[in-house]
Amino acid sequence: MFSKLPRSALPRTVARSRFISSTPSRNSDALFVHRDTPYNNPKIAFEFDAENMKRAQDIISHYPPQYKKAAVIPLLDLGQRQNKGWTSISVMNYVANLLGMPPMRVYEVATFYTMFNREPIGEHFVQVCTTTPCQLRGSTEILNTVCEHLGGIKPGQTTKDGKFTVVEVECQGACSNAPMIVVGDDFYEDLTPKSTKTILDAFKKGMKPKPGPQSGRQTSENSAGLTTLTKKPYGPGEFCQPEFQ
Amino acid sequence: MLRLVSTVSRPTSTGLLGKVVSTHTPQCSSAFSATCSRGADITLTVDGKEVTVPQGSALIQACEAAGATIPRFCYHDRLAIAGNCRMCLVEVERSPKPVASCAMPAMPGSKVFTNTPLVHEAREGVMEFLLANHPLDCPVCDQGGECDLQDQSMRYGSDRTRFHEITGKRAVENKDMGPLVKTSMNRCIQCTRCVRFANEVAGIEELGTTGRGNDMQIGTYVEKTMDSEMSGNIVDLCPVGALTSKPYAFHARPWELKNTESVDVMDAVGSNIRIDSRGVQVMRIQPKTNDDVNEEWINDKTRYAFDGLRFQRLTTPLVKQGDRFVPATWENALTAIAEGLTASGAKGDEIQAVAGHLADTEAMVALKDLVNRLGSDNLGLDQPGGNRPPIHGVDVRSNYLFNATIPGVEKADAILLVGTNPRHEAAVLNSRIRKSWLHTPVEIALIGERADTAYGYDYLGDSAKALADFVAGKGAFADKFKNAKNPLIIVGSALSEHPDGKSMYNDLANFVEKNKERLVTPTWNGFSVLQRVASRPAAYDVGFVPSQRASTTKPKFVYLLNADELDPASIPQDAFVVYHGHHGDLGAQLADVCLPATAYTEKATTWVNTEGRTQMGRAAVSAPGVAREDWKIVRALSEVIGTPLPYDDVLALRDRLWEISPTLVRYDTTEATSVDVALAGLKLIASQTAGAKAVGTPLRRPITNFYQTDPISRASVTMAQCTRAFVKGENYGFSEVGKGSQAAFA
Repeated sequence: MFSKLPRSALPRTVARSRFISSTPSRNSDALFVHRDTPYNNPKIAFEFDAENMKRAQDIISHYPPQYKKAAVIPLLDLGQRQNKGWTSISVMNYVANLLGMPPMRVYEVATFYTMFNREPIGEHFVQVCTTTPCQLRGSTEILNTVCEHLGGIKPGQTTKDGKFTVVEVECQGACSNAPMIVVGDDFYEDLTPKSTKTILDAFKKGMKPKPGPQSGRQTSENSAGLTTLTKKPYGPGEFCQPEFQ
Repeated sequence: MLRLVSTVSRPTSTGLLGKVVSTHTPQCSSAFSATCSRGADITLTVDGKEVTVPQGSALIQACEAAGATIPRFCYHDRLAIAGNCRMCLVEVERSPKPVASCAMPAMPGSKVFTNTPLVHEAREGVMEFLLANHPLDCPVCDQGGECDLQDQSMRYGSDRTRFHEITGKRAVENKDMGPLVKTSMNRCIQCTRCVRFANEVAGIEELGTTGRGNDMQIGTYVEKTMDSEMSGNIVDLCPVGALTSKPYAFHARPWELKNTESVDVMDAVGSNIRIDSRGVQVMRIQPKTNDDVNEEWINDKTRYAFDGLRFQRLTTPLVKQGDRFVPATWENALTAIAEGLTASGAKGDEIQAVAGHLADTEAMVALKDLVNRLGSDNLGLDQPGGNRPPIHGVDVRSNYLFNATIPGVEKADAILLVGTNPRHEAAVLNSRIRKSWLHTPVEIALIGERADTAYGYDYLGDSAKALADFVAGKGAFADKFKNAKNPLIIVGSALSEHPDGKSMYNDLANFVEKNKERLVTPTWNGFSVLQRVASRPAAYDVGFVPSQRASTTKPKFVYLLNADELDPASIPQDAFVVYHGHHGDLGAQLADVCLPATAYTEKATTWVNTEGRTQMGRAAVSAPGVAREDWKIVRALSEVIGTPLPYDDVLALRDRLWEISPTLVRYDTTEATSVDVALAGLKLIASQTAGAKAVGTPLRRPITNFYQTDPISRASVTMAQCTRAFVKGENYGFSEVGKGSQAAFA
């Protein structure tokens, strides 16, 4: 639109600052090709253990036999859980073999969904939401706190002791309790830098803090106190004609 | 991500993939429904013009029918519909937004506009996003001049960019797809045509899309070459310069090339090709669409073996003096042959002619006439047992032709492959079987050596016993075959060369005759022989086979017409040998006199494919050196020997072809053999092979290296590289998963 204007109509500096935009580099995303490494190559064996195998069979049984490849996402998730939180090439190949589908179809799924980690992660996987509602409620500060508190790592990196991996993620659907982080499978909400540190410290000590809002709220009720339902609501039949009471 | 059917678990319902359009049956031209929608045509208006198209057609097809050109990148009428490039947007009345015409079924009564400001603006928007990440390397890009993106950006592209990314354009690393396909993935626009082709047609399910959004890329995720004999087609499919031909890289621009439409001779399918030449050199070979033969695919040998035409050529007549070949003039060479013939003292059947893989029909007719005039019936073929009359005989055409026809394969609902691996013997035909296997509940079984065929099959065994069991009705597949409406038996050409060939042909002939009400009907002939050599159907048609008496005669004079596959031991030491051909291959080594002839790109000759379809090849370039057209050499020789042949020009020779068989001059059609004749032919096989006992030798595939089967492909550098990469598997196989002993080219 602006390009149609004569060049002199716009001050050059303005034009430049207006036109140039950049997308953040995605450090958390690994390459979309596989390279064999000592820790991730098809020669490393992977197999579901007995318990997971039972679950896998149960998942597969939910689908008609000719469409059993529909179970690829749950099985990859199962594999990721068993494989210390990341989906190695062996996990993908094993799932492909189990479901009788070409390995490439599994690679496509595993690279498409960002929740499949294709590189090893730390013991605790810390995902900091930085989408707009969280950002408005101070998620940048939370992210900085997490990174600094874990020894100055950057999003996408793992601490030296291998205990924590931090990534930035998009909306987790807990906007009413923003800002929030996810550690493992649990949401920690209503965070302040202080409560964030407390949570991380607890994890460092091997404890598991209570998930949910850290502000004392039960769920996502009004933090300033109730504005409705302040007194007992009227019961059935109240204010009705006597014959209905 | 594309959801495609896997080889391992084929869905029993047929609705998963859009039916690939098969234009040979107009009722089936539906791009959406898997079953043919019959009869129902719909009428709609495109740019004020009424068009009638079959129900289920895509809107883009209706627009094409109305003569409106729709720009497109991802849509291809032989592949499933992806609808991801959005270039084909059109305006439809009462639709709030422009619609992608490839993914929209044509609706009766709808009003479509393809030339409105809204449409143009929408397409310009799409183009702007495509170009945002497309590198500006048209001057050094091999697709330049035939690039869809380049062409369409002339109309829909903006002359300046509105996107300035600090980090620059998207950069994607190139993939190693082997010696045939060169990749430049920065140029990729993610149309996924290559992925769809690889998965649907070629049957290599290693190609896919990884990642998402802006970072989506085409590749194999793990390091792998594209191990398919059809991989060259993705170069044609690619609408941009992301996939280009490696051997052709930086060799020519499309506007410099002369196009000649011709016929391929690397296998017996007779794929229609377009030879692109510059000066005296063939620069590349591309497919020419022919729905009855090759659709629009050709295999890699067809496409890339032509560089063998530059090496090892015979350019001048050679006469052996002592242990050396000495260049000679045509006159000297022909005189030397005449003298050799006299000196050898060959009389009658002692004069032998052997026709090879690349012998054209005209030359074979001329040579047969010459040899017959010299009183001999000793006409051999360069295959195992080629000096004996073939088991199936040559009296009835349906005994050695692919009677079901190549498009007919898609009608079959049960296919038995006997002693053949169509993937290597007729790769394009094989992709039809795969198409049928993906979209219909066809049942396939194989008797012969196990092979990776790109579709699933029941393996019945590898010897005559397996066939006998099948004929006796044993096994699950025999039951399925019995219940099939259009059963098809594909008999490999290697069967007639096999020690147990007689007994197996006997079993087959009796079986077909017994089940003639399903196998041989006026509309369907399910007994089909798949020839693997371009010249063979024509050789059988003209009767280039020895008589029983001649086959036992020890030859004293041998004329090798393009024969390079024969066993050197089959030629007596003291015989005088003439080699007539275009490459200094095996045959030339055995010869006393070599006569330089033309290769298939240098002559306009007749070729008959495995269906019996006569097609005319055309000369694209001139012959090297003093090489001459094949039939002219034979004609000249006949003069020198003193038994001149009665034709002086090619038209007279084609009259002779017509005399032998009118089908040889009826081009581009197949003639079905009538039921009575076909049955009589089967009876003939049965009676001639009666009482043959099987010894139980296992069937072996006749082609062990798909990439090198004839003198041209053996001289080709590209094919040698393919052999190294795919057959021997050097430096590749980095992440080998799920590759058992059935590796495609093992």
